[in-house]
Amino acid sequence: MDAAKLMEKIQVEEFGGELGDLANPQKYRQNLSIHNQDMNKLIIQLEKMLLIRAVEESIAELVLSKEVNCPCHLSVGQEAIAVGIAQHLTSHDRAFGNHRSHSHYLAMGGNVDSLFAEVFGKKTGCSMGMGGSMHLFSGDIGFHGSVPIVAGTIPVAVGAALSAKLSGSNAVGIAFFGDGACEEGVLHESLNFASVMKLPMIFVVENNLYSSHMDIGLRQPNDSTARFAKAHHIEYRVVDGNDVIAVDNAASYLIAKARAGEGPGFLEAVTYRWLGHVGGNADIDVGVRRSPSELANWKERDPVARLFRALEDKHIYSASMFQGYKDYLDDLMKSAIKKAKQDPWPHPEFLYENVYYAKAI
Amino acid sequence: MKRKMTYSQGIWEAFDYVLSHYPETFILGQGVWSPWYVGSSMKDLDKKYGKERVIDSPVSEGACTGIGVGASLFGHRPIIIHPRMDFMILAMDSIVNQAAKWSYMFGGQAHPCVTIRSIINRGGEQGAQHSQALHSWFAHIPGLRVVMPYSAKDARDLLVASVLSNDPVLYIDDRWLYEQEEEVEDVEELDLSTQGPKVILEGKDITLVGASYSCLLGLNVAKALQNEGISCEVIDLRVINPLDISPVLKSVKKTRRVVSLDGGWKNCGLAGEVIASVVENIEPGLLLSKPTRLTLPDVSAPTSLELEKKYYPSHEEVHHLIRQSLAS
Repeated sequence: MDAAKLMEKIQVEEFGGELGDLANPQKYRQNLSIHNQDMNKLIIQLEKMLLIRAVEESIAELVLSKEVNCPCHLSVGQEAIAVGIAQHLTSHDRAFGNHRSHSHYLAMGGNVDSLFAEVFGKKTGCSMGMGGSMHLFSGDIGFHGSVPIVAGTIPVAVGAALSAKLSGSNAVGIAFFGDGACEEGVLHESLNFASVMKLPMIFVVENNLYSSHMDIGLRQPNDSTARFAKAHHIEYRVVDGNDVIAVDNAASYLIAKARAGEGPGFLEAVTYRWLGHVGGNADIDVGVRRSPSELANWKERDPVARLFRALEDKHIYSASMFQGYKDYLDDLMKSAIKKAKQDPWPHPEFLYENVYYAKAI
Repeated sequence: MKRKMTYSQGIWEAFDYVLSHYPETFILGQGVWSPWYVGSSMKDLDKKYGKERVIDSPVSEGACTGIGVGASLFGHRPIIIHPRMDFMILAMDSIVNQAAKWSYMFGGQAHPCVTIRSIINRGGEQGAQHSQALHSWFAHIPGLRVVMPYSAKDARDLLVASVLSNDPVLYIDDRWLYEQEEEVEDVEELDLSTQGPKVILEGKDITLVGASYSCLLGLNVAKALQNEGISCEVIDLRVINPLDISPVLKSVKKTRRVVSLDGGWKNCGLAGEVIASVVENIEPGLLLSKPTRLTLPDVSAPTSLELEKKYYPSHEEVHHLIRQSLAS
């Protein structure tokens, strides 16, 4: 790499540095502005968010009833981020997730039956029953793995982007992670590397203001993580993560730019999870700020309702269509759960397989 | 055609071989454009193959190793370089949690074929954080193949085999072996999954087991003892994870005595694993003497030269353990 390229500065927009109203659940409650939008696309996005919510709520119940026992980190309330971004990815792209990745898998088109089978630990699961909720895989749709080590897949996604660049592919690497991962050193190494090598890489922070039980205000001096992108000369966007159109627009811009060889992008989407860190409870008694009223306020900023009401106002999607789709999903969940329960366990010998590509000695 | 080749030339030739024969290979690591970090073992590879394929990296062990894992999932065969093993500790997550488990936790649907080269670089008053031999840690991890060549041929051919393996491989070479020379033929492409311990000197009185530099230590003493009519069998472990202990068992059943040599620490180390495997797999009463091991003392590497002399296993200590075993 020549010195001139190394010295090249990427222009970054000025940013106040704190989330302000974006982190305030009293704000951004209004219906989405859908004027001049592609309505078919919005309907698809609405139904995709409803699918994710139905799956997550079903898994929450299965966890609470102790039918599912692996750790399940659910994304209820955060659906718009995965949906707004997945719209711009293809099966050739290389997405990686974290402990909370059901939404990424589903938004990219992951099979619903295989997800349920996986959380039940069945052979028919998307990771052959070897991963559970925290290790999802569906290479054929471009979802190349999620793992629960915080920030663990960020450099792996950067490697996928490096591979794409070296082989002249127009694929992008994309890592989904949370605000907690921004406290890990390897994120900073990865941002630095992606920037200096000008890789086709998208960093997505789902900033839900909490890492496990800890409020971001207790963990970082500033509640916006985009400052890290700025420090590494990476172009960034900070959006309301409960607005699928805002996420879609930002993702569209950053992904197209990365694909065109113009370097990495960083998307911070501010959101809130309705359930606790893990499992089906709301966890309203932990942390300093998370309270019943805070949760109730954030439910008013619902990414699903804000889009649905906007579509309903314009007579594009009626309340009965909405209910009809929910009923359809309800049946889908019931049949997927029934099937997963009946599916076979992995064969006992599977315990010893796939440790190595060619079986060892 | 037979010719002489040193251990460090062997490493260089392995890189040259894979870079020229396999376009999907690339190198990423600290110091690979510099003459200081990796000695002569990678000299001018960047000039021959281009700085796009031989990439000198930022000071980011963790990310670079994870990047190797990621690139290996999409058709590349990356080789990540850690010029000194101590610094590789910063990459533990990418090695232990990601590379080693990737295939298993996704049910065998993806295989990170990354090769991680790490160098043991001790002595010279470099001290506690510039001298470690941590191979035993990594040999503990299922899913990670750990290769420790002793010979110049293995330095070359096991590196080629590591790069061509579809599993993540940690390849560990030792600077104290770089000048070792032997006659070799051209590169032999080996299937790493079939490679394991080898008898490198046949003998009948006692079995010496080691990997990497410990093998050389054992071999030197064994050769010296031949003049005294003592016949040592020396086994080069070569691949320490997964460990195929059967050649060791076969040898010990014959000699009925064993000394285990290792350049790492004693507690929970490779030398202890060899002895435990021997003891649990042969009939009680077969051994003519207690199995013994020679390792580092369980302290960090000192800097002062006089302490260093005492710290590292010596020919005299190997000699002593052999005599002690034969005397009982």
